[in-house]
Amino acid sequence: MLKRSFGKTKYIPVPQEALPHRPPKPDQTVCPQCASGISAEELRENFKVCPFCRYHFPMTAHERLNWIADPGSFEEWDTELSSCNPLGFPGYDEKLAEAREKTGLKEAIITGAARVQGYQVVLGIMDSRFLMGSMGSVVGEKISRAVEKAIERTCPLITFAVAGGARMQEGMLSLMQMAKTSAALERFHKQGLLYISVMTHPTVGGVPASFAGLGDFIIAEPGALIGFTGPRVIEQTLGQRLPERFQRAEFQLEHGMLDLVVDRAELPAVIGQLLRLHLGGNHG
Amino acid sequence: MVKRQFDYEDKYKNIQNKIRELEELSGTLDFDLSSEIKVLEGKLKSIRDQKYQNLTPWEKVLLARHPERPTTIQYLDHICDEWIELHGDRYYGDDPAIVGGIGTFNGMPVTVIGHQRGKDTNENIKRNFGMPHPEGYRKVHRLLKQAEKFGRPVLTFIDTQGAYPGAGAEERGQPVAIAQDLMLLAGLNVPIISTVIGEGGSGGALALGVGDRLIMLSNSVFSVASAETCGSILAKDPNRAEEMAAALKLTADDLKSLNIVDEVVPEPIGGAHTDPLETITRVKEAIARNLYEVMENGGSFAEQRYQRLRSMGRYNIIA
Ligand SMILES: [Zn+2]
Repeated sequence: MLKRSFGKTKYIPVPQEALPHRPPKPDQTVCPQCASGISAEELRENFKVCPFCRYHFPMTAHERLNWIADPGSFEEWDTELSSCNPLGFPGYDEKLAEAREKTGLKEAIITGAARVQGYQVVLGIMDSRFLMGSMGSVVGEKISRAVEKAIERTCPLITFAVAGGARMQEGMLSLMQMAKTSAALERFHKQGLLYISVMTHPTVGGVPASFAGLGDFIIAEPGALIGFTGPRVIEQTLGQRLPERFQRAEFQLEHGMLDLVVDRAELPAVIGQLLRLHLGGNHG
Repeated sequence: MVKRQFDYEDKYKNIQNKIRELEELSGTLDFDLSSEIKVLEGKLKSIRDQKYQNLTPWEKVLLARHPERPTTIQYLDHICDEWIELHGDRYYGDDPAIVGGIGTFNGMPVTVIGHQRGKDTNENIKRNFGMPHPEGYRKVHRLLKQAEKFGRPVLTFIDTQGAYPGAGAEERGQPVAIAQDLMLLAGLNVPIISTVIGEGGSGGALALGVGDRLIMLSNSVFSVASAETCGSILAKDPNRAEEMAAALKLTADDLKSLNIVDEVVPEPIGGAHTDPLETITRVKEAIARNLYEVMENGGSFAEQRYQRLRSMGRYNIIA
């Protein structure tokens, strides 16, 4: 195994049926799961999935948008919402500035109207590079507004979640976003509208315990870590190591938390099928 | 090092005992100890005035976790004219970290639900330190549905460090169990009054805290994550919990000024545990005030609750 560190993904286990391993060339991306070399072109063609072992690399919000939305169909909403430092939390302003600079994003989610597989939908896509995809006031507000617009337009909602933990710097204002987004979805569901929630690696903490956990359908990408408490904290509680597949998408599917685990190559078709089975999900 | 114990109590009690000893002494001996007694009484007063009126956020965290602080069952025993505990989620088990049932509040039937921790090690083991599993949250779900069916107002009591961070909890769907409670509470068409009586930690506490009114005891705390966790993650140092407790704005007064809490109920000097009955009486009055107000406002409870929740959050608008 290559010792190259790749952030948190190094916890992903190497599958038993380890696939053909192609030694990496200098300018290639090294797969953290099977250590094969992948060219930039291969990575693009495979939507950032390793063609050898199906390891799913993280996608930025815009990469995901370009992959899932029909070309040119996206109309972004609420871009003027920007995080402040409501508690005057030490270091938060700097962290926000750094995240904006690094990602070119204003916050950890983009929302808007789009067409997916020809169907009109409301989309929310999170980005893990922005403070680990944590939900503060702006993320909660953008989701709530998106849900309300979906109700107005009687339109299905699709979210792609990624969250590594709470936006602690916003204290209880951050925690209350769980209540706010769940309240918005309560109204949405009462209107008989369709919500497809996709959880990507990792989706832990308040996000799966609020809006992302409230989909009519909950789908995960292979290998995604999904849970309320992250594995390291659980290991501290138990005082023992957890199996490597613990809380992974496949594990959560077996334990009844997910409807499906779907490879990125097939996900657009599966979402299209679900929309079709709900007659486009548009009751208007 | 961070202080782990709330020690003013002991200091306070020590001085009280000393005064009593001196008083006894001066009675039996022919000794005038009045000046010494005066000094100690002065000390006692200054502890009361300065310490208990000006507790730091971290001291409030420690006080909120005080093992002798009254727990949910004590509140129910005194707040309800009568109440009956109901068990189980109908799927998997009965979570002793959450108690729930039906009682009467000033003669009116209500559904009551709260986190339940223990007061000693044995009871805490039985109650899992008040940290619920998914079956606890599904019991909450069942009791909430029942409350709505029979048109009963709901009273909840928050007292948990958080949902249990264990393997079984994750295997049985902890995040979705919490999410479903949040959504159900948001749309429930009966009044819901929540009271934080001790420590409120994270989503595991919030799952009982989405209501029409949020009441907090003056030394209780409510936080997105514990000060220790924030210290470990943000400052890479759990020993910085004390400064994190201040930065998180987790006290009742802080949360009142952030419009998250509607009413702060003052505790007796020395904390809720020094006079449980008085504390519980004050909480009962606050619940009554808020509950009757919500009921008199009439209209759709869910609609008014939605407006309340919808206003939560602070952000800038930058064109
Ligand atoms: Zn690979």
